[in-house]
Formats: sequence, structure tokens, C-alpha cells
Amino acid sequence: MLSFLIRRLLLMVPVLVGISFITFALLAFAPGSYVSLALSSGISNPQVLDRVREQLRLDEPWFLRFLHYLWDVLHGDLGQSIVAGQPVAGQIWAALPNTLILTVSSLVFAVVVSLIAGGLAGARPNTVADYLASVISVLGVALPSFWLGLMLILLFSLKLQWLPLGGGGTGNIAQGLWPFLSYLILPTIALGSELTAILTRLTRGALLDVISEDYIRTARAKGVSPARVLYRHALRNASLPLITTAGIQFGALLGGAVVVETIFSWPGMGLLTINAISQRDLPMIQGSVLVFAALFVVSVLVTDLLYTLIDPRIQYE
Amino acid sequence: MNETLAAPPRPRRGNRRWQAFARNRLSVAGLVILVVLYLAALFAPWVAPHDPYALDLQHPFLLPGQSGYLLGTDNFGRDLLSRLIYGSRISLTAGLGVVLIAALLGTVLGLLAGYFRGWVDLLIMRLVEIFFAFPFLVLVVAVIAVLGPSVLNVVWVLGLVSWPIYARLVRAQVLTLRERDFVEAARASGASSGRIMFRSILPNSLTPIIVAATFGVPQAILALAALGFLGLGVQPPAPEWGTMVSEGKNFLLQAPLLIVWPGVVIALAVMGFNFLGDGLRQALDPRYSG
Repeated sequence: MLSFLIRRLLLMVPVLVGISFITFALLAFAPGSYVSLALSSGISNPQVLDRVREQLRLDEPWFLRFLHYLWDVLHGDLGQSIVAGQPVAGQIWAALPNTLILTVSSLVFAVVVSLIAGGLAGARPNTVADYLASVISVLGVALPSFWLGLMLILLFSLKLQWLPLGGGGTGNIAQGLWPFLSYLILPTIALGSELTAILTRLTRGALLDVISEDYIRTARAKGVSPARVLYRHALRNASLPLITTAGIQFGALLGGAVVVETIFSWPGMGLLTINAISQRDLPMIQGSVLVFAALFVVSVLVTDLLYTLIDPRIQYE
Repeated sequence: MNETLAAPPRPRRGNRRWQAFARNRLSVAGLVILVVLYLAALFAPWVAPHDPYALDLQHPFLLPGQSGYLLGTDNFGRDLLSRLIYGSRISLTAGLGVVLIAALLGTVLGLLAGYFRGWVDLLIMRLVEIFFAFPFLVLVVAVIAVLGPSVLNVVWVLGLVSWPIYARLVRAQVLTLRERDFVEAARASGASSGRIMFRSILPNSLTPIIVAATFGVPQAILALAALGFLGLGVQPPAPEWGTMVSEGKNFLLQAPLLIVWPGVVIALAVMGFNFLGDGLRQALDPRYSG
């Protein structure tokens, strides 16, 4: 297990270097010089421009700049935000918990709903439950998250006035659990709906495959309750493809967070990125793309490790 | 009526595939949706009842059917139906364009990786891993932010970012095919590497590429709409579906239909391709045919 972990971590190195190179290239080879970008974002003081030029090592060749960039990133330095004049890393660090909360709650939402819907559908094919699960799995994939988000706002925030329009986040947690959660509910549904659809379909299919196996018949024959057969015997054996898909789709959740956080003004990295884009704050964009990718790489690693916990038959040696 | 008495002709292969496809009613429905949408896009100037850019400032926020506007009007009094129809031109072509770029690039790289193995394979697959490490939409949003928003940029960037799926798929195909007898025979008869790759291996790995591409189009359409919504895609006043939602969101409570319609059309297009993809997979994949 330990040797697997070490090898797995070593394999991440070239990927992480590649990611850094792409985020570096995003700025280094961007059309238009930094200086003109700084000018377009309202900085015109020549002294400031000189300082920016020196800070960004604009007079050095690109590979040297890349090495410097890599060195800085390894030390947790993601550069200075052009607009705020503060370190990028600090702002990302402040927004990161919110993005993690939103994506993980969407993941949990998707897994719970899909296990219930897909489980019922797989256990009782061609019933109303099955039909409903199919509708979820078709619509969840087809409806854009930004559209769903706006519809949720329209219904629950504007018409019924049950839930707040937008905002919230960790800054809100001091006001108690419910005020904090009330801001989280709608973004979670909007972001999690696509994954819910994918996992529902997968659960149903996996259950249909497993349900005719001998060990299910054996479990039933020895008088195990139907619910226990479904969730202990059948779903456990159907869960590997679910975990793989959920792990891969975590990247889609991170990407979707950019859109959903914008709609609900959820103060995470997605909102930070979009605000940086509208202000043309390139170091900020660069930094958040890098952190987004790093998050995804870590989540894939966690998925791989989860396998061994779920299925002891898998041994990485 | 003689035909019914005669022995039924043995179904040809294409025929059998069509039957496998048509057995799934949803995939036929998907095909019908797509045909209607593409016909509307193709004949937009004739189908659309109004000019999609024409302002009618006397009649903003009309409900469906009022004053002869079938789906109503937006905040500038522009006809929603005509804007949706013209919007299908942008989304449906851009969706195909993205997949074309991605599938071409991914197929060529996947062929090279699987055929030559060694360092070529190592290099290309590392590149695939690196691209897979980015949350798709994050990378696209960042690149567009740097390059500047325009339809052409969006199509290029989406295409250049989504090739790895195809590369991985094609490589896996090549690895199973390259040791097969017909490839061996081609090699023995002195065919060049390029000829073997493109004439022997590629035609035999087209099926998974086609299926993946069918599922790739709706992904591209959704991404395009999301970018339009964020203001990074097609710019107003062009009638792109995502852009229309973005414009309409300021009137959410006052006129929710401005947003409802584009969402419905996006969902229809996505469902059309997904249903078609399901049907194609069942019809083309030998594992599904009974």
C-alpha cells in the first residue's frame, strides 16, 4: 500500500509540472504584453509599470521564467493580483474552503439521490420509480446548470421566498448552521444535478447486472430483507464503477462551480476566477486555474485510494 | 400482396443495424429532434417569422401568441422564436465544429501513440494526462479570457481542449488491432506505416470514434452556452442560446419565459444527441446486438 502510494505520488510529478507549464504559458504567450494589460486595467504610473516588468522578469527568456514560476509555485507564491495588489495565493486560500464545501456537498447530494433513485429503479424495473429515475437521468444531463440555477432562484428565492438569492459562504457560519446551509442548498442542487443524472443511470444499470447473480439469490433465499439485499449485497458490488465515475466527474463539478458560483454569488474560487476575468487580472486567473487543476489531481488520487477500501480484492503492489 | 408470401429476404448488414437502432424508440425520437433542429437552422431565413435583430420597442415582454409573436418578445421587443431559430445556427454548427477538431486531432495522436508505442506513446499519453488533469470548463474559461471572447476562439479552444478523450479511445483500439492478422498481412505486403494506420487500422476503429463524437456534440453545445452565459462566448446582440439566458436573467421575475425558452431548446438539442448516441452505440457495438 505504501509503495503504491509513493509510486502514485511520483507519477503525479510530471502531470503537475505539465499543468504548471500550461498555466504559465497561459500568460507568458498571451497576446498583448503585460504592460498593455496593466494599462487596460487602469495602471498607468510608469514606476509601477517598471516594477511590474521587473517583478515578472519580462526581460528573461521564457524557460528561465518558467523555472522561476515553478520555484515560486513550490513555495506557495502565485504572484500578485494586478487589481487588488495583494498576493494571489491569499485570496485563493480564502475562497478555497467555499469551493470545497460546494463541490463536496454537490457530490454527496448526487451520490445520495442517485443511490435512492437508481437503487429503486434497478430493484423494480418498469415501475413508476424506474420511470422517474429515467426522467432524472435524462433531464439532469440535458438541462444546463446555469439555467437550472436561475429557475431554482425564481421558484425558491423570488416566488416562494424560502431560500436566499445568493451569497453566504464560510463568512456566514458564525450566524448559525441554518443560515449557512440555506445559502448552500440551491447551488448544491444546481451543481449536483448533472452528476446525479449520470450516477442514477449508472446505479440502475449496475444493479440490473448484479441482481441476477447467484449470491443475490442466495442472500434472498436465506431470508435477508429486501432492503438489506439491495444496499448491502447488490449495491456494494455495483459501487466500483460509481466511485470511478464520481471521481472523474469531480473535475466537472469543479468546472461547473465556475458557473454556479457566479449565479449564486457563492464566494468561492469560481466566482474569484470570473471576477478576475472581468477585471483582466491575469495573475489571479493563472493562480486559480493552477489550484483548480491541483484539486482535481488530488481528487483522482483519493478516488484511487478509495478503491482499496471498498474492494479489498484490489491490491496495488 | 405477393411479397408477403415470399420468403423474407435476408436482412443486409446496414438493414439489421437500422433495425437495432429503430428498436430503441428514444433514439428515433432523438434523430427526429435533431433533423427538425438542423432543418430549422438551415432554413432559418425562411422558417423564422421575424428578423431576429428587429427591435419592436412598442411591444417588449409580450407573452406567447400576443400580437402575432408565437413565443412572445424579449425586453427589446425582439421575436423570441426567431432568435431561437437563428441561435440554432450558431450552437449546432459550433457544436459540430468543436467535435470535428477534437476528433481529428485526437484520432491522429491516438493512432501515432498506439502504432509507434515507445517514446511517442509516452509523450502523447503524458499530454493526455495533463489535459485530463484540468477541470474542462476552468481551462476553457481561462484561455478564452486571455484570447478574448468570439465564436471562433470558443470553437478552437473547446476543440483543442477536448481531443484527449478521442486520443485515448483510438489508442486503445490501435493496441488491440495492431497485432491482428489483417494488419500483419498489410505489413508483410510492404505497406507503409501511414498506409497501415490510415487504411487498415483507422477504418476498423471508426465505430467508437463515431459514438464518442455523438456524445461530444452536446457537451460542446452545453459548454458553448455556459460560455455565452458567462459573457465569454458569443456576444450580444447575436442570438446565441446561452447569451439569451444571460440577457434574460435581469428580468427573471418579470419575464421568466425569456430564460425558459432557450433552456428548453438547449435541453432538446442535448437530449437529441444523447438519444442518438445511445441508439448508435446499441446498433454499432457488436456487444449489444443480440
